[in-house]
Amino acid sequence: MSAKVIQVLDKTGFGMFVPLVRLITWDEPAQQLKEMGKTYGLPILGITVFVLVWGLIAPRIQTSIGALPGPGEVWSAAKSLYAEHQAEKLREKEYYQQQALRKAKWEARFPEKPFPFQPYAGKPTYPNYILTSLYTVFTGFVIGASLAIPLGIICGMSKAIYIALNPLIQTFKPVSPLAWLPIATLVISAMMSGPNPPVEKSFLISAVVVALCSLWPTLINTALGVASIEKDHLNVARVLRLSPWKTVTKIVIPSSLPLIFTGLRLSLGVGWMVLIAAEMLAQNPGLGKFVWDMFQNGSSQTLAMILVAVITIGLIGFALDRIMVTLQKLFSYSGSVAAQ
Amino acid sequence: MSYIYLENVQKSFAGQPVLKDVCLSIEKGEFVAIVGFSGTGKSTLLNLMAGLVMPDEGKVLFDQREVTGPGPERGVVFQNYSLLPWMSVYENVRLGVDAVFREWGDEERDRHTRKYIEMVNLTPALRKRPSELSGGMRQRVSVARALAMNPQTLLMDEPLGALDALTRSTLQDEIGEIWQKEKKTVVLITNDVDEGILLADRVIPLLPGENGATLHEGVRIDLERPRDRKQINHNPRFQELRKRIFQILREIGKSTTPAEDQDRDRGLPRIDPVHQRLSLSDRIRRFRNAHVIATEN
Repeated sequence: MSAKVIQVLDKTGFGMFVPLVRLITWDEPAQQLKEMGKTYGLPILGITVFVLVWGLIAPRIQTSIGALPGPGEVWSAAKSLYAEHQAEKLREKEYYQQQALRKAKWEARFPEKPFPFQPYAGKPTYPNYILTSLYTVFTGFVIGASLAIPLGIICGMSKAIYIALNPLIQTFKPVSPLAWLPIATLVISAMMSGPNPPVEKSFLISAVVVALCSLWPTLINTALGVASIEKDHLNVARVLRLSPWKTVTKIVIPSSLPLIFTGLRLSLGVGWMVLIAAEMLAQNPGLGKFVWDMFQNGSSQTLAMILVAVITIGLIGFALDRIMVTLQKLFSYSGSVAAQ
Repeated sequence: MSYIYLENVQKSFAGQPVLKDVCLSIEKGEFVAIVGFSGTGKSTLLNLMAGLVMPDEGKVLFDQREVTGPGPERGVVFQNYSLLPWMSVYENVRLGVDAVFREWGDEERDRHTRKYIEMVNLTPALRKRPSELSGGMRQRVSVARALAMNPQTLLMDEPLGALDALTRSTLQDEIGEIWQKEKKTVVLITNDVDEGILLADRVIPLLPGENGATLHEGVRIDLERPRDRKQINHNPRFQELRKRIFQILREIGKSTTPAEDQDRDRGLPRIDPVHQRLSLSDRIRRFRNAHVIATEN
């Protein structure tokens, strides 16, 4: 039982929990405690030292709106954001309760007319910003990947196409999201001139910029993965007389899957980094806009709020990367080749 | 009328001549073994018959038609098994069955796939991946995959080269039995003369030369079948044939060896270890495993 759990943890990139499982099953507990001291103790020590140094240095750095906030201030800012969210949720609940009462009255008086339902229009709170950001980055990532993977497969299969496209790839790859943004804004605004756009313009602009900046690692790694298929495996396809479609789906894609996932993982990292800048400028109501709004209103809480956002952005980026590692390990036939 | 026919085939790679004036004629149902030194172009010869490589000059005919590419009528067993590591034993065999028997229903293909896995005694490992199998088991899967496509000819490129002696002899017996049962035309590339004599109707030495290797006319193995590996060693005819083939190989070994080396017995075919080719990730994992074991001890 525990052996199976450990195997699953190892295969899904959660090897760090193995000593804990083994301790619970009392498998060489002394050894496990030592191991846990290393895998958990050292990171905790690192974080503690960081927080202490931060707390010491921050008050000494003066800005026009006060000193840099220390860990305590940031923590209370995070708590106030949470409290705000709770209060907003309460208001929303009260609003719908009120509306339900009005609806009952309305139906009693005008049974033939439908009730004019009004959704709650409160201001977005911190979790809403996070969800918007996640939704935007995911959309951009999917757009990017759905272009990059087929294109990468084509580049990997045909050396001529790869040579033809390589200068373009190398030219567009290092372009900053800030350079793409005005172009994306103008093009998308021109395309969505109608009065009732199906999606928010700012959302689409941010997602497209994320896609444009994040598709390159996937494209390059997919091409590399496809180009480095073992020749024997392609000979098998030839001898078995597989159709081109079957060759791609049964041999080319499975054998390049580890590198495709490496590319996707890098792309998601780039996409998440680019997203914040894109949201700031496009005014998409995600974490980027949150940071920008805080910067603009310049209250005594500003810096603490921005630091909460910084830490949130970092933690989410970390989580996204772990998810990609897990997916990579689950979908690849052999262990991960990618650097951690 | 010969079934597989090579006429004055020449092949070179990057200006380096590999095969020269190769002529070969194989009858339907015949079991031919081609023996020779490592690196003399045995695999190239097989790839020519498989259609994976085209000759620079000369003709390769199969059943009186020119070979222009690989085909399902010529099953290939590769030197390094070439199983797809992301597929189970069943899926590896089934892949070929699906490609060849397109008009069959799912149930029929399934039955057919299982039949050939059973033939190589791998039914218990049906759902295992190649990485969980031993070298001998992998080669059996490779044989099953080739046979399940129901080819008229089986082309085998040093199929047992990477195996230990014990597994090797077991698989030799299995190949012999399968040939008896299926009556396919078989071309076996090997560097083991005894293996060739034990299994084949004809052993043809491949003789290296300065302008590329050529084929000897061959030695007919007129031993009774079924041949028992234990008894055959004491058979005077076997010893005679063995001596003759070695002599052919040794002659050519002498003629291509510098004069001062002539006394040393370098004429025997050298058996180089043929390591299984590993992918990058497998190499990394193997390295890691080795490292972990070393630190634990």
